[in-house]
Amino acid sequence: MQFRLEKRAEPSRFMLYATPVGAVILTMIVGAIIFSLIGYDGIGAVREVFLTPLTNAYKWQDLGIKAAPLIIIGTGLSIAYRANVWNIGAEGQFVVGALAGTWVALATYTMSGPWILPLMILAGVVGGALYAAIPALLKTRLNVNEILTSLMLTYASIQLIYYLIRTVWKDPMGIGFPQTRRFAASAQLPTVIPHTIVHLGVPIAIVVALVAWFIMSRSVFGYRMRVVGAAPHAARYGGFSENKTIWLAMLVSGGLAGLAGVLEVAGPFQRMVPGFATGYGFTAIIVAFLGRLNPLGVIFAGIVLAITFVGGEVAQTTIKLPDAATGIFQAMVLFFLLAGDILVRYRIRRVVTTQAGAI
Amino acid sequence: MTLSRRDILKIGGAAAALPLLGGTAFAQEKLKVGFIYVGTINDNGYNYGHNQGRIFLQDALGDAVETTYVENVPEGPDCERVLRELAQQGNKLIFATSFGFGDAVIKVAAEFPDVKFEHATGYMKADNVGLYNARFYEGRAVCGTIAGHLSKTGKAAYIGSFPIPEVVMGINALALSGRRINPAFTVKPVYISTWNDPAKEGDAARALIDQGVDIIAQHTDGPAALQVAQERGIVGGFGQGADMSAFAPEAQLTAIIDHWGPHYVNSAKAVIAGTWTAGDTWEGLKEEVVQMGAYNKKIPADVVADAEKIRTGQIDGSFKIFTGPIKDNTGTERVAAGVAMTDAELLSMDWYVEGVEQPV
Amino acid sequence: MEMLIPIIVTLVGAATPILIAALGELVAEKSGVLNLGVEGMMLVGAIAGFVAQFYTGNPYLALLCGAFAGAAVSLIFAFLTLSLSANQTATGLALTIFGTGLSALAGAPYSAKPIALMAPLFPDMLARDPFWRVLFGYSFPVYFSFIMVAAIWWFLKRTRTGLILRAVGENDHSAHSIGYSVVGVRYAAVVFGGAMAGIAGACFPLLLTPQWAESMTAGRGWIAVALVVFASWRPLRLLAGAYLFGLVMTMELYAKAGGGVLAIIPSELWAALPYLATIVVLVLISLRRDASTNAPACLGKPFMPAN
Repeated sequence: MQFRLEKRAEPSRFMLYATPVGAVILTMIVGAIIFSLIGYDGIGAVREVFLTPLTNAYKWQDLGIKAAPLIIIGTGLSIAYRANVWNIGAEGQFVVGALAGTWVALATYTMSGPWILPLMILAGVVGGALYAAIPALLKTRLNVNEILTSLMLTYASIQLIYYLIRTVWKDPMGIGFPQTRRFAASAQLPTVIPHTIVHLGVPIAIVVALVAWFIMSRSVFGYRMRVVGAAPHAARYGGFSENKTIWLAMLVSGGLAGLAGVLEVAGPFQRMVPGFATGYGFTAIIVAFLGRLNPLGVIFAGIVLAITFVGGEVAQTTIKLPDAATGIFQAMVLFFLLAGDILVRYRIRRVVTTQAGAI
Repeated sequence: MTLSRRDILKIGGAAAALPLLGGTAFAQEKLKVGFIYVGTINDNGYNYGHNQGRIFLQDALGDAVETTYVENVPEGPDCERVLRELAQQGNKLIFATSFGFGDAVIKVAAEFPDVKFEHATGYMKADNVGLYNARFYEGRAVCGTIAGHLSKTGKAAYIGSFPIPEVVMGINALALSGRRINPAFTVKPVYISTWNDPAKEGDAARALIDQGVDIIAQHTDGPAALQVAQERGIVGGFGQGADMSAFAPEAQLTAIIDHWGPHYVNSAKAVIAGTWTAGDTWEGLKEEVVQMGAYNKKIPADVVADAEKIRTGQIDGSFKIFTGPIKDNTGTERVAAGVAMTDAELLSMDWYVEGVEQPV
Repeated sequence: MEMLIPIIVTLVGAATPILIAALGELVAEKSGVLNLGVEGMMLVGAIAGFVAQFYTGNPYLALLCGAFAGAAVSLIFAFLTLSLSANQTATGLALTIFGTGLSALAGAPYSAKPIALMAPLFPDMLARDPFWRVLFGYSFPVYFSFIMVAAIWWFLKRTRTGLILRAVGENDHSAHSIGYSVVGVRYAAVVFGGAMAGIAGACFPLLLTPQWAESMTAGRGWIAVALVVFASWRPLRLLAGAYLFGLVMTMELYAKAGGGVLAIIPSELWAALPYLATIVVLVLISLRRDASTNAPACLGKPFMPAN
């Protein structure tokens, strides 16, 4: 008796949406077993990592602000990946967007007015898009692999933070520590729910995802991105230029990463610090895949990843689970999801063969 | 009865207040104490030192306290969330052990006025936010004395992460005390822009040793530089944050050991007794928050005696390393003869004393 | 000249792990698989090597354990991307997250424990003279990396198996239709890459700093990935590139330690140089006429035979 994979005529919609949920559930089960086997409270670990952040209302605001940048970046990446443009340097675009916003905040430090924040956000979007324009230019003009260039630029961007806050942007009052001064009130992102830490970035994230979903499913732009991604040759006959699509995909994903960056620096951070880049841009890649490259799915996936971050800290304090466990849980979710991908395109059939070696 | 949203909020508010009532009603209950670390407790250095302090506190007060820690907390909003988490779990005393936690401590402390916070190495205070720090430079003065005696080339190096005042102070203390013994003694600072990249620390140590440096001090979170000193067989170096003699038995001349335990015990006792106030402590050898490791057996007795003189002198207050005349490394006199630098001046030190090569 | 010798010795230490890891990644990429999990595999190899050295004191066994550990976690990647044709970029990133977490968890009990460095391969008397030290002063992995450069060059260029591997990376469907097992070849290449990354990771505690520290490879796995591209998938150029990158990494420290003209370059620029240089090289490659023949044509693309 053998199993074989049989290609489905149409990708299974059921599997498309069931596998991410299945991956999370499977991670909880397997995680509980593995952590029990190596001597931790496995059931407790899963409860604290995946459930406590949801059941404890205090944690919801944390989930919101942790998920917001993941959703914004993940939305941009899902658009790019749909078009088969592999921007994996969102972290760098996130950083450059934040640096551009910081530049505006510092330049307008002595001024005030409601125009400062919108100007910062604009600078952030433009900064992120421009940084993504480098791989786009190299890809369209010279056919240089965008995976590699966008990744390399990420590392350079982090050094750019270090350089700027150590030299020209150093806080004059910060007793020598490499960080910028705290932004003036006009450059700080307001909170939207009183007595919480939920800042304007959270509703913006939801709006961004919804708008992106609408555009991708209802507009010519979305259609074109999907067609170019799914069938580049057909797209060429349809009159869609591949280069133009690459440009659009990179600028949109870079601009959104930059938006997330400027919201993060103006919201929770309120100044640029050496530890600003904590990997949102990389985690957002997981979010995009877990969300099935669908902006609505990205909202779900962003929240799931936020849960693991917040829950990982809860588990450290309540059941002494080491910090490293969070990474293992996140990797497991993605492993199971990627493994489940095959079920979307193939079905498993049981076959009875008498001959060995049949393909 | 119809419940309005307002009522629900009220009920929620009452429920949230319950744990607080419980806390005052049963004053004899365990004091919960939280710690957050910027790195891993397994770094053999700074964060390890704080965690040892936590264990010291737990052992000293036993059932009276319950301690919790969170490691690898990034500076910024993540730290804000962890602080809030600890406060909500009923920790009434929270130690934030890294400079970059400052903004978050101030913010969260305002939301939890009944929770006491203490922030290490910072500068922003509030009614329920105290500051604490250790005079690591006093240990550096002891190290510098040994270095001045033992260095054959008269060249020492100091591997640091970033040029922050605490590191600058350490470099200057090393140079000043070394030059008291050997006026030609120099210190070369090298900044590697990371707290934890052992291979880079090691390579920096190799580069410095190749330039004729025979004493290496490091101000990063691990023993990598000392291990290279051991491997290359130079005169030696100094443990930082913790005793690192296990990694470099020949090379570690002595170590500056962070001993936060007594401070943690005092603060916890004060909270239990209800006498805690937001302090601003900067303790050193005298209070045993900074301790010296055992002197290496290879150090001659007269050198040990001299180092001990500096150590005990700083304990009884008769010796202060930052006492004028002090010139900076451009030759300008910064501190007049007989004048001791104030704490405020030390905490914002951004210039190097004579004998320190200007880093780039 | 006298000053140069210690620089060379330090440089060799810095270049060796990235060269070994990059050689493994090169073979995987030549077969058409882009594995971005090098950093994670290196960390797993580092802790496995550390633990083996700690308990047995046998550095050769430690390297072997590093290789096995790296190969073992690379199997996860291979299974997902090759058997289940999952996206390689995402799987590689997940592997790095996984390896970082796994090594930190496994390494927690070993943090305050030193081990012995791996001794030089040749007897001490051969390496006593500074000049001979440059040739004979290193331990086994250094010579291993050189041998592997030659071996992989020879394998890819001169052997039938190497030819098949390249064919699979250039045109998987043709290779399949001729009757080669595309998935089998790629499995072998990925596992080889994992073993090499594991050895490279084990070099950190065995060659550079005899201790375990969380994330002790500090991003060098990504440098190895960059290096493969920098070398345009050629083993000999990989050797040159690894030493160039190693030079950039150590020159910063020598410049700071020794002063001079190079010392005025900010450390952030030094740190960014390997990545920026890689982009420049990518551009230069693409400007040449035979640009398309450099990158394996199937790099990063999943293969599923039509059935």
